[in-house]
Amino acid sequence: MNDVLLGLEGLTKAYPGVVANDDVSFDIREGEIHALLGENGAGKSTLVKMIYGLVKPDSGTMTLRGAAFEPAEPRAARAAGVAMVFQHFSLFDALSVAENVALGMENPPKPRDLARQIREVSETYGLPLDPGRTVGTLSAGERQRVEIIRCLLQDPKLLIMDEPTSVLTPQEVEILFETLRKLASEGTAILYISHKLEEIRSLCDHATILRLGKKVATCTPAEASARELAEMMVGASFETPQKAARQLGEVMLDVRGLSLPAPGAFGTPLREISFQVRAGEILGLGGVAGNGQDELLAALSGERLSGADVIRLRDRPIGNMGPTERRALGVLSGPEERLGHAAAPDMSLIENAVLTGAGRMGLLSGGFINWPKSKGFAEDVIRTFDVRTPGSGTAARALSGGNLQKFVIGREVLQSPEVLIVNQPTWGVDAAAAAAIRQALLNLAANGAALVVISQDLDELMEVSDRFGALNEGRLSDLRPVDGLTVEEIGLMMGGAHDMEVAHVDA
Amino acid sequence: MVLSPVIAVFLTMIVGGMMFAILGKPPLEAIKVIFWDPLFNDQFASYSRPQLLVKAGPLILIAIGLSIGFKAGIWNIGAEGQYIMGAICGAGAGLALYPSESFLIFPAMALAGGLGGWAWAMVPAVLKTRFGTNEILVSLMLTYVAQSILISVSSGLLRNPEGMGFPGSRNFKQWDAAFNAELIANTGLHWGVVAALIAVIGAYMLMSRHIMGFNIRLTGEAPRAARFAGVKPARVVFFCLGIAGLLAGAAGLFEVSGPAGQLTGSFNAGYGFTAIIVAFLGRLHPVGILLAGLLMALTYIGGELAQLMLNLPGAAIQLFQGMMLFFLLAADVFTNFRLRFGKKGVA
Repeated sequence: MNDVLLGLEGLTKAYPGVVANDDVSFDIREGEIHALLGENGAGKSTLVKMIYGLVKPDSGTMTLRGAAFEPAEPRAARAAGVAMVFQHFSLFDALSVAENVALGMENPPKPRDLARQIREVSETYGLPLDPGRTVGTLSAGERQRVEIIRCLLQDPKLLIMDEPTSVLTPQEVEILFETLRKLASEGTAILYISHKLEEIRSLCDHATILRLGKKVATCTPAEASARELAEMMVGASFETPQKAARQLGEVMLDVRGLSLPAPGAFGTPLREISFQVRAGEILGLGGVAGNGQDELLAALSGERLSGADVIRLRDRPIGNMGPTERRALGVLSGPEERLGHAAAPDMSLIENAVLTGAGRMGLLSGGFINWPKSKGFAEDVIRTFDVRTPGSGTAARALSGGNLQKFVIGREVLQSPEVLIVNQPTWGVDAAAAAAIRQALLNLAANGAALVVISQDLDELMEVSDRFGALNEGRLSDLRPVDGLTVEEIGLMMGGAHDMEVAHVDA
Repeated sequence: MVLSPVIAVFLTMIVGGMMFAILGKPPLEAIKVIFWDPLFNDQFASYSRPQLLVKAGPLILIAIGLSIGFKAGIWNIGAEGQYIMGAICGAGAGLALYPSESFLIFPAMALAGGLGGWAWAMVPAVLKTRFGTNEILVSLMLTYVAQSILISVSSGLLRNPEGMGFPGSRNFKQWDAAFNAELIANTGLHWGVVAALIAVIGAYMLMSRHIMGFNIRLTGEAPRAARFAGVKPARVVFFCLGIAGLLAGAAGLFEVSGPAGQLTGSFNAGYGFTAIIVAFLGRLHPVGILLAGLLMALTYIGGELAQLMLNLPGAAIQLFQGMMLFFLLAADVFTNFRLRFGKKGVA
């Protein structure tokens, strides 16, 4: 069990202007769950891409069970027994589970055999899945199961998982962990990438920590505290966001019976959503992805209109106003999808600052854009939120996900909103930057803004919110004060484990 | 980005030259006749040089309008129809007042021409925003409707009553108040060219400085981000199709009241379609369109010259112009993608 499966020796990969991996060496043993930790831009994805054959190292060698391992493309890596579950799923909504699995295979068996194999694997590993269902109708957790089963059917020796739990309920996470532990006990090595330090502590046998492309530490996660792990990643200590005692003021945002039909074939309708948020309060909304988060944000931001009286700001009906009018009144928002929704990929950060800041920051005069002033605003955001970019003229697409996230959240925060609605504010952002963003949200509330934070990161919601509610199939659960709420209660509010039975794992 | 139009023109010369050679014409001679002689040949240049502005004016004016819509992903292919309707409405407004010599006649005609093109472009706009129809199909098919209307009015409603039964309207060249004359003799500069230059500057200001231009670019680049920013998609559709129709209509009027002189069933010369090439050749940028318009006008004049001097068939010249767009698109594809031979893609 302790033989080295994959050995990495002095791996180096440089891109113009940045060394993504600098002389990285470590071993992954058979049957071990190995965590790869690091901030955004620490070089985790480059490293994993080299193992999976997507990127060729500049120097250094890899060995797989003692033999040289130089995959020229993912196909070669898969043939050698390396499988990967990506953070963003590559599934076709309109096809069935079995068809999607077949698309990822080199030599797919006959459909009937494949369906049988899918059933077998899903039974064995406690991942119930009907091969005939259309992927568009699956929850995010179930989609992840499709990806995992696709990998398991190839009988991998090494399974790479990139941020797998961000879309799961606590119960689903527990079941995934059982599956992974079972796989490991059968000898499959797992390389596990995550930002969630508590998960790594409970799941992983070893951890390798990268910082700025270099390996800086290895440790046994169970023996270190989450804070120690985080500080090893960042290389310095950082402030944990502080919830200051806040005075709750008048009701700012009042939503009464918000119902909207699903926007498309695979969207979620909103059903009778009602809540109030007071000045100085942060309402945290959890729930598994795809249960109405995007739709709720669109309804609150003004992208989709509802009856005027359904949404009120300080008792003023705003439900029929578009985004521009709502922004003028102080209702700002930050959607989950950074590229293409919160920001235009091929436009510069200056232009992206104009995108939502035009009215509130006074960037227009007589309809004409004041570019110098816009540039000033963009650079303000970049400075205040430590956005790492060559300059404000850089296209949004060129920024790493975490840095762009800091920019799009910072852009709204600096406009001093009265009501701010954000969806997944720290998605893909490293620990230190996430702490800074959460602190900014807390400061906004302390200054009297009302916030709605939609997130799938329960730790985040516990850290910032005063009250918690969960979205489940477009319905909002009862809202409860965060103090004294247990993880089990939250899981039940989120709708439990979505048709999964823990019993399967016992088999 | 800047390089691929240059590469496209170069490739067009090479492959066009090969085509001329196959047709049995001297290729270098033909290229010279098309690109050089119209401007510098002792014998023809004095006639053809002013023609450059005469041809480039409408091309630029129409292409500027189209480029704004193309930036937003609104594909108005029917500028030819809007151009025809502008000519009909503008000419009709003038002829209704014949033979008044008021100095307001020409401005009124220009206004009516612009409005005519605008109204014609509003048809696909309304259908698109109300019923979700495809503006490419609607605007294109309306071109053929406009063509039929043109044939009908030039031999009916607007026919010259003193034209001895020939189809075609009165000739504006014989009516000073309505004639779009050369502003400076022997330059080809008429009001349509002036309008084109104003449009270039206006479009540049709009797209680079004004929030409406910003919203148009945003809609084209990231439609979801545009909705998030508060851009109303219908407004962009109406604005883009409207401005394209307005400019194409004005171009039609300047043409019919100036260089063409009268409304006939065949007065439109395909400017509305060629302007699509001009818009892309100019990278949808106002200054680029200005240069591309001049270049395309050159191939028009040079092409006519080549037909005259080398007996090249007219179709060969159209092919030559089409190649320019073809190679431009190809050059763009190859700057973004790379061909790989002998390897199958990974599923």
